Formats: sequence, structure tokens, C-alpha cells
Amino acid sequence: MNALLKFLAVTWTVLLWSTAPVPAVAGPEKWSPLEKDGLHDPQGPAIHELQQPGEALSQMPPDSVGNQVRWVEALRKGTINPRTNILPETKIQVLDQDLIYGNTGDNWFVLFPHKAHTEWLDCANCHERIFKTKFGATGFKMMDILAGKACGQCHGAVSFPLTECRRCHSIDPGTFKGKLGAQQAAGGKP
Amino acid sequence: MGKSHIHKPKRNFILWLMALLMLASGVEIVPQAQAEYGDVVINNQSDKAGMRPPIFPHWFHRIRFRCKVCHADLGFKFQAGGNQINMLKIIDGEFCGACHNGEIAWSVENCDVCHSGKPGTPTQVHGSTVQKLIGKPAPAAGQK
Repeated sequence: MNALLKFLAVTWTVLLWSTAPVPAVAGPEKWSPLEKDGLHDPQGPAIHELQQPGEALSQMPPDSVGNQVRWVEALRKGTINPRTNILPETKIQVLDQDLIYGNTGDNWFVLFPHKAHTEWLDCANCHERIFKTKFGATGFKMMDILAGKACGQCHGAVSFPLTECRRCHSIDPGTFKGKLGAQQAAGGKP
Repeated sequence: MGKSHIHKPKRNFILWLMALLMLASGVEIVPQAQAEYGDVVINNQSDKAGMRPPIFPHWFHRIRFRCKVCHADLGFKFQAGGNQINMLKIIDGEFCGACHNGEIAWSVENCDVCHSGKPGTPTQVHGSTVQKLIGKPAPAAGQK
């Protein structure tokens, strides 16, 4: 029964997302012009003053989902150098630590890289409001994430979408020899 | 591994919920708008005030600012329409006004640059999973 539910949920989700048009060519055409994007008013007086997404995003490391941009890679390669703070007293804390979650049902284990997240975010963005600092103390399920909670507050809204299962569920339990939980990040792994 | 953590009454609930989701999203199977993933429309007050709703392009700001600048330093919650923003606060230097003050970025007299959405567009994060699974948000207040 549970397997059937999961199968249905996954099939439906994939079906839904697969109906989104797939960009055929690389280049500015991958991004809709603002006046045709369905949200902007083509009659707006300042529409031509706005930067077109394709102009900026075509210069960045390409992806196949979301904004069609690998944002973490863009930051690390120095393609972009976004400001870290606006208040001078803000502390910048990058944490090079991985969390490996084993309580993932039939799916692969999840590797959460603190580094990629703390390069963009402040500790307080997640702790303690969304996630308790103690590993395993929060308790959330994929259904919560799909509903926009936990990781789903950003993934599926602004950071890479939830169609990309293997970007999080990246560890094959069959071959995994390490330990679960919080640990020093393995070298080179994003 | 593989052992269910979902209890039986909960399973039935989830089954019904999924059926509902399928129904709700089935009618929206071909997405209409092709706006950028993460674009935020805020229409708490604009329609009522006779202005186009503002569109916040996440992609544009991400190139220039890390998430924490707005979501930690400036206190923006991770919720479209959940921040009780108004023009008075912006002019006072809160929220958008921390940068849109003529120093870091252009200032508030450029109304139409932000207020650039189609009238009646509801508050939303465009392209979000919640939006895709549940369907489009209801029309903005005053646009029935």
C-alpha cells in the first residue's frame, strides 16, 4: 500500500513537471522575455528598463531546471560575487560540515552540505525556527518538503526544485561505508 | 530501511489528499506563465490601491546579494506576502528601502520599475512546488 502511494506520488509529480516546456537551445532563448512571461504587464511604463533574465543568466554556469543556472557553482567560480551583508556587524560564518541522513525509507541517503548553504545563508535563517541544531531532532518527511516546509521553504521556491531527487538523495545505502550524522565534509564534495 | 512510518488512518488521509491534489492540479497541467522561477509577486495592497502589483525578481537579486542580506540582515520572512511591507516602511528604510534609497539602488520614485505586474496577479512565488501541486493561487482581493 505504501509502496503504491509512493509510486503514485512520484509518478504524478514527475508527470506534472515533465509537462513544463524543455528548452531546446542554450542561449538567451531559454529565458522568457519579461513582456511575454505572463507575470509582467507588457503595457507597464518601465518594462523596458528592467534587465531581461536571458541577458544575465546566459552568462552563468548552465543548469536544466529552475533559473537554468547552477547558483552554487556560479558563486564558487566567481562568476558572481554577491554581497554578504548590509549591516556591518553581521558575522559571516561558513560551516564546512556535512549531515548524512539515513532515515530515508526506500530512497537513497541524503547528504546535506552545510558549506554550500552557509555560503549563501545565515545560521539563523534555518536554526532554530526551521531546523533544530541537534541532528535528527527536527523530524520531517518528504511530504512536508513538497508542501513547502523544512527544505521546501527554499527548494521548490527559489533554490533548485524538488524534481532533482539525486542532488539530495545522493548516497547509495548499498555501498555506503561511512557513518550517519554530522561530520567533517569529505574533500571536494560540494 | 523500507519499513513504513505512516500509520493506517494517516495513509487514508494521504491517499485522499493526493487524489485532491491530482484533481486540483490536473486542470493546470499545461503551465501558462513562463516567468522566472522564484519571481515573487506581492499583491497584498496594490490592486486595492489601483497600482500594478510589484514583482520581485529573485534571480536578479541573487546575482548581487546572498540570501542572508535580505533574509537575515533585513528580516524578510521566507513567505511571499508574509512581511507586512508598505510604502511608508520602504521610504523609512525598511525592507526594500534598505537598498532602494538612491544610494545602493534606485529609489522609490521609480514606481513602475517594481510595480510592473499584470493587474490582478495574485501573491505568489512563481514556479514553486506548492503552486504547481495545488494550482494557481486565488485571484487577488478585489479582482473577483
